[in-house]
Parts: sequence; C-alpha cells; structure tokens
Amino acid sequence: MITSAIIPRPLARLPWRLIFLVTGIAGFGLIVLYSAAGGSMRPWALKQGIVFFGFLSIAVAMSWMRESTIKALAFPIYGVTLVMLIGVEMLGFVGKGAQRWLDLGPIRLQPSEFMKPAIVLTLARFYELVPASEIRNWRAIWPALALLGVPAFLILVQPDLGTCIMVMLCGVTVMFLAGLPWWLFAAPVGAVAVAAPIVYSMMHGYQRKRIDVFLNPESDPLGAGYHIAQSKIAIGSGGIWGKGFLHGSQSHLDYLPEGHTDFVFATMAEEWGLVGGVLLICAFAAVIRWGMRVSQSAKTRFAQLAAAGLSATVFFYVSINLMMVMGLAPVVGVPLPLVSFGGSAVMTVMLCLGLLMALERQQRTGSKLS
Amino acid sequence: MRITTAHQSITFSRRMMVLGGAQAAVGGLLVGRMGWLAIAQNEKYQLLSESNRVQLIPVPPRRGWIIDRNGKPLAINRSSFRVDIIPQQLEKDRDIVPEIANLLALNDDDVERIRRELVDSRGFRPVSVADNVAYEQYAAVTVRLPDLPGVQATRGFSRYYPDGPAVAHLLGYVGTANAKEYEADNKNPLLIIPGFKIGKQGLEKVLEPYLRGVPGGQRVEITAKGKLVKELDPKPDRSGQTVQLTIDQGLQQYAARRMGDQSGALVAIDVASGDMLAFVSMPAFDPNSFSEGIGRTEWKALSTNDHIPLLNKVAQGLYPSGSTIKPAMALGFLKQGVDPKRRVVCNGGYQIGNRYFRCDDVHGAMDMRSAIERSCNTYFWATGLITDPEQTTEMVNNLGYGQDFDLPLPTQRFGTMPSPKWLQKKYHRSWQGYDSANTSIGQGYVLINPMQLAVMPARIAAGKLLQPRLLMAGKPKPAPEINVDPAHLAIVRDAMTAVVNERGTAVASKLPLDGIMMAGKTGTAQVFRLGERGHQGTWALRDHALFIAFAPADKPRYAIGCIIEHGGFGASAAAPIVRDSMTYLFDQQKALQTLEALEQQWGGTLAERNARQLQAFKAASQTPDPA
Repeated sequence: MITSAIIPRPLARLPWRLIFLVTGIAGFGLIVLYSAAGGSMRPWALKQGIVFFGFLSIAVAMSWMRESTIKALAFPIYGVTLVMLIGVEMLGFVGKGAQRWLDLGPIRLQPSEFMKPAIVLTLARFYELVPASEIRNWRAIWPALALLGVPAFLILVQPDLGTCIMVMLCGVTVMFLAGLPWWLFAAPVGAVAVAAPIVYSMMHGYQRKRIDVFLNPESDPLGAGYHIAQSKIAIGSGGIWGKGFLHGSQSHLDYLPEGHTDFVFATMAEEWGLVGGVLLICAFAAVIRWGMRVSQSAKTRFAQLAAAGLSATVFFYVSINLMMVMGLAPVVGVPLPLVSFGGSAVMTVMLCLGLLMALERQQRTGSKLS
Repeated sequence: MRITTAHQSITFSRRMMVLGGAQAAVGGLLVGRMGWLAIAQNEKYQLLSESNRVQLIPVPPRRGWIIDRNGKPLAINRSSFRVDIIPQQLEKDRDIVPEIANLLALNDDDVERIRRELVDSRGFRPVSVADNVAYEQYAAVTVRLPDLPGVQATRGFSRYYPDGPAVAHLLGYVGTANAKEYEADNKNPLLIIPGFKIGKQGLEKVLEPYLRGVPGGQRVEITAKGKLVKELDPKPDRSGQTVQLTIDQGLQQYAARRMGDQSGALVAIDVASGDMLAFVSMPAFDPNSFSEGIGRTEWKALSTNDHIPLLNKVAQGLYPSGSTIKPAMALGFLKQGVDPKRRVVCNGGYQIGNRYFRCDDVHGAMDMRSAIERSCNTYFWATGLITDPEQTTEMVNNLGYGQDFDLPLPTQRFGTMPSPKWLQKKYHRSWQGYDSANTSIGQGYVLINPMQLAVMPARIAAGKLLQPRLLMAGKPKPAPEINVDPAHLAIVRDAMTAVVNERGTAVASKLPLDGIMMAGKTGTAQVFRLGERGHQGTWALRDHALFIAFAPADKPRYAIGCIIEHGGFGASAAAPIVRDSMTYLFDQQKALQTLEALEQQWGGTLAERNARQLQAFKAASQTPDPA
C-alpha cells in the first residue's frame, strides 16, 4: 500500500504490489508475443495488451465489491454457468460437432472458463453453510461432489480435458481445505489407479494419443510427440541466459508449434533462458503467495475458502501449463495465464484476482463494513 | 467427537500448510526440471535446435573422369540440360505440370511420377521433371521461364562414354541410387538429389569411392514448413578423382569393333608390366543409354539376345581352355624330365583303358615341338599318362589357369584347374587315366576365364609370374621368375612360334608385318559331346574358338588371349582377331585398313549395326503377336 498525501485515498488503497506483479508478468508476456510474431506488435502483442488492460480495469473495479455481494452471487453465478454449459452441449449436439463456446453477437463466451472461479465460490459458500459439527457427515460431502461432478462431466464431454482437470482440482482443493476427512482424498487416488485403464479406454482418440505420447514421447516424434519434443528443444537450447531477444530459432522458424499460445513458455525460455524462466516462475509464486496470504488472514470462513481456492486456480493454471511444456505432464491444452495469447485465460485469472482483491480490501476495512 | 469452529480453524490452517507445501514442492520441481533441461542437457538440445534450424542442401560433386594409359578419356561428363520444379515457388491454384509436360513432350508415366514426387516433396527440394533434355526443348522452356514460376532449367552434367559398348563391361555404367543403395550408404542425402548418379557396374561401381568426390553444401535456414529464410555460407564441392587405367583406348575400341557380330572376349596384356591393355567383352550394351535410364524396348532387346550382351564375359565367362593349355602342359612335362625329343606316334587316336580317344588328324611321329605346332592330342594323352598329374596341374595353375587375380572387378569367376587332390576333395574319387587325357587337352573339368587366357601367354613370354593390373596408380610390383628352366621356356616359345609361322594350326594368322613374328596356340573347346563335333551345326552347339598369343616372338612385348563363343576352330575364328589386334599394336594404319574392309562387308560400323538391330527389334516387338 502506498501512503502519500498526493495520491488520493481510493487509489492508494489498491493492492499496488499485486498490480505491479501482474502487470509485470503480462508485460513480459507481451514482449514474448512481440518476438513470437517475428518482431511485430501484430497479430498478437497489441491485441493481447488491450485485452489485458481491459480485464485489469475490470479486476480493479471488482475490488470494490463487498464480500456479502460475492457470497450472495455465488449460487446464482454457478447456476447460470451450468445452464450455459448445458446450452453449449445442446448446440454442439444440434450442430453435429464439438463446441466450447456460445456465440453472443460480438463476444464468444466460453462457459467452462467461468466455471473455474464459480466452482470455488460455490463450494466455499456451501461449506460456510455446513455447521462445523456436520463437516464429517455424508451430508457435507455428496452435495459438494454433485456440485463439482456435474459441470466437470459436462466439460469433459465437450471435450476439454484440460479445463475439466482444472475445475476438478480447484473444487477438490476447496473441499480439502474445508476439512473433509483425509480418507476421502486418499481413497480416490487409489480408485484412480484402478480406474485409469477404464477411463483410458473411453477417451477420444486424440486424448488417448496425447497420453500415449506423454508416457513415451519418442514413440511418435513427428506426430503427436512433436509438440513436447520441440518444446523441450526450445527450453533446453536456451541454456542459462537464452539466445537473446528475437533470436529464438525454434519459434521463429515455426518448429515450435503453438509458440504463442500453450507453448509460449518455451518461446520465452528459448530467448531468455533459465534466468527468464525462473524469474517468471517466481513472479507467479509471488502472486499465488499473495492470494494464500489473503486466505490466511481472512476473517470469515467463506473468505478463507474462496481466497485459497481462487489462488489455487491460478496455481493450477501455471503449474499444469509448465509441467506440460517441460514434458512432465501430457499435453492437455492449458494456457499459461497472462502470457499465452488468448482472452479467456486472462479473463479467468483476472476474475480470480479481482475477487481476491475484493476479499483483501474487506480485511483491511472489515470493521466498517460488517 | 464433535467438531467445533475452533477445531475447524485449526484444521484449516494445518491444511493450508499442506497446500502451501505442496505448491512450493511443485514450484521447486518446475525450477529443477527447467534447470535440468537448460543446464545439464543444454548441449544436447542446442544440437537438436541447430539441426532444426540449419539444413544442408547438398551440391553434387562432378564425377571423376576415367582415362586410358595415354590420358585419352574413357568416361567423362558431358554438360546436359535438365528441368526441375521447386515446389515452394509454385503458384497456388495453378497446375503447371500439363504445361511443362507439353513443352517437353513427356509421356503419361513421367507426368504421374512428377505428380507423386510433388506431393511427397519438402518445399525447397527440387523435383526432377526431365534429365538430358534436348537443347531445343531446353531453350523452349528457358524462354518461357518468366511465365512458369517454380520451374527451373539448369545445365548439369551427365556421364558420357565416348566408346560406348566397347567399354561397357570394363567400366559398367552409372544410374540413380535405388532404395537399397540409399540404405546401405547410411541414407546419404546426396544419393537422392535429382540427377545424381552412382556407379552401378564394373569399374564405375568398384571405384565409386574415388570417382564420387565430396559434395558441397548450401547451408540454409529453413522453416518447419520448408520455406527458405536465408542462405548461410556455402561449402564448395570437390570433384571426384580422375582414375587412370592401364587400358589402351585405341586397342580396346579396335578389338571390340574387330569382333564384329560375334560373341566373345579379348584381353591384351603388356608383357613388361602386366598392364591390361584391352578388356573387351562383346556384344555389349551401350553404357550411355544405361546411364540415362534405359528404355523398355532396348532392355528387352538386350536381355533376350542369345549373345548375352549383358554378361561380362571377361570376368564372368567360363570356358574349357581347349588346346591353349598345351604349352603349359609341355612345360609341366619338361619339368618332370620328359625329353623334348621323345616321340609319340599318332595313328589318329589313343586307347586309354576301355576308351578310345580320337585325335583331330593322323599326325604320325610327333615330338614336343611338332605336337604343339600341329596340336596333336595323342602326344599329350600319351605323355600325360607317364607324368604326375598333380605336378603338371601345379605348373598350369601357376601359369594362370584357374587363378583368381587381384583386380577391381565387382565379380570374378576364376574357374577350375583340376588335380588329383582337387578331384578327391570335390567328387570323392581317384584320378584316372582319362582324367589326365581330358585335362591335357583342356577339356573335362578345366574351366578358365578370358583373363587367364591372356595371363598364360604373358607369363610364358615374360618368364615371370606377371600379375595383371587395371589401375595405373603406383608402380607395378616386380614379378618373381617362373620356377622353370629357361631352356624349357625357349622350347615352348619356339614351338608356339612354329604354330603361327611354320606348319602349325594358325599359319593363316601370320602378322602382316616385316620382321615381327607372333607366337601363339589355338584352342577349340567342345561345347557338345566328343565325337559329334559340330563345326558347321547350329550356332549354339558349335565349339568355342580360342587363341593365345604373344609378339614379337623373339622379344615379347604384348600377349593376347581371345575366345569367340561357338566360333568353331580356334584357328579360323579367334586367331585372325588376335592377329589384327596384335597388328594394331605395331601398325595402326594397317590394322585399321583391314578392319574397314571387314566392316564394309558386315554392313557398317558397330554403332550403325547396333542401331539397325535395335530398330529391327522395335519394329518386331510392335507388330502384334500372331498368337
């Protein structure tokens, strides 16, 4: 917080450290996108910059929302998003093809993106309503599983494995923090070990191939393994200091596929090296830590769970993407928030951060508002 | 236990610790993984990235020349015109293939091949449209180039053999590498450049490492989609080495022409060094048309010809030596102490066991000299029986028959020189009188190749164990002396001189030169059973005619061995060819006059007759089958 007589109070009250961090990450992202386009603001950097600042403004505006408003909106938002997910499914069925978005005139809405913060808020709200004595009861578990399972299933059949995993992980994190019994989390791990082959057999061809290739990337170096192989080459060849800005051959000669979206981290690492990569990881870690601090110092149970869940959302975004890019996870199509080109990830993350800022403001000014 | 709000908040902070710890662990894992990739494996990935970035477009080297002993070209590169398509530069939505096919008059097969290669090609790699384009067509494409984006007309080089079929079996030919050769060469990218040829047969194949040269390279930066970004520093190519052969181009060509339409082989050797001066197998294919890719009709004409033009008869043809073995046999007899004055009376045949062997004539009393001169079999049958076959065979084998020579040939069949030990090992039976009889006149198990047919007289003439050689590189190794009494050699050389110059079997083939005499020995090898000697019968049943010779008889310089398949008597078919080839070595004018007169009689030069033959074959193959 900046305290100065010159800066007006409402501005000074903003969480400037977070805003600087986020702007720094996004700014670095713009530099990478500029290079990925071969040293040009078009077609990506300029557009991405506008989208980012648009959503940043929205996030800052959201920081004035009251906790009670957020709480009140949690279930309705979840409901609307679920209806939209079903709508997408119906449209896809009618249009005889997979579809992930709703065309609403000028904007395309991807409801599965909204589901990430929505599931966090809903579960946080749900566990706030559950009395402390009931938390180990079956009645505290099955509604949460239903709230989580229905949208996760809808997203999986879109098919969007990456988002489905994200939604699941966000929801499970909130349930874990809410204090559900340990065995509830240990048992599914065992179940997954059993169910994995069955799920595998039900997967779409391309999903199955991605997992095959992840387990053995050399099996198809020019086909599906190409993404991971080329990404590792880009990161590995960057070395400690990188090849230098605008000198990444992997991205500039198109060997790195999706170098401006899902694999933007590889584009970055090739030119900025390990130094750039560690810097970016630290910046994300600082953002997540800030969110976790908000959760720790929150006074209400809803704020605690929501803040932790929203930070976890950012964490899962970053970690799944980086694991995928470095060949530690299968390619599931999760972008690197704030850096990858594309509006939806920016939107989701900025919604999360906006909500976090709102919760944080409540803590500082809590006494006046409750 | 009842859980209270206080409990709940303790659980929450504990679980937040777990979550935070897990997140930190993941963060550490990511940083560690990145460090592993970027530091520990940096070198590996840098190499991979570099091999992605830079592509080498090989620039094919020019193939080394093959020249004769006097520096005359045997295989050279002629500039030729070729047309390629660079797929990357093609205009979209415009099918250029029919236009170019029309300009170059390509057939449907070619059009289909081009389309297939265009689909498989990587953008920057040219697709061959046509090789060896005629200048008019090349010019027609060149003037339209501005209107044909993506089409490239270039001058390249193609292999040319000035002597055509005369050097076919010696040099072989070149051709585009097939899949097997590409694999065998570790997928050398040079081999798949359009228009690049490798040696496929003969010396072209064996000398490939010397002739190929080192490709240059245009290093370029290429995008993943095959678009050229920029050209980096090029690496110049290095032409293949010139290889000099011991062959005398003039003699080689002369002998090939002199054979006319007969099927046979002739090898000439320089008696001083062992240098092979001629290596002729006729009839032969034209290596020029093979190197351009041979047409189906021409291939069929070659492969169905009963004179087997596709077989290298010098290295792979095996024939009974016939009476050409006799001088060597005589040396074997002398070594075992047979008196050269000893006489055997020839009554027209000889009884061995229950078989009667018939001689060609009733020769009367024969000593060694007259038996060689008149080629009397009876003398050799009788003398063979009183000598040790093992020792005699050793002598003949030492002089070359049945020997394998260290020559740069892809395949060499060296035949058999039978001995009692060999017979026991191979057929598990002991040596009989009739084996001696057959061997002493070069029949039975005796099989030799035409190279041995020249090495034999060369060794007798030189008195040294000459090793034949084909490559000029390096000095010839000094040959050891033959382990024979010089007086014995003199007897045999004298007898061989008599064969051509006194009352012998080849008196008709005296050299038409003053002061130079040729020494020789005729041979007639049975193809069919004894007793049914078909000098006049069907071509394929007639005897092979052989002749070995050296000249001058007193101071030998050259030795020649020749075989004419189904030529009948050695004296009538093979000896005249050897005579004229030998004449060529001493007096080219005289020899060429003889040849021109003969060629007029045969109906044109070799090239003219070949062209006519192919034309006739084409016409015949186009008339529909009566069946």
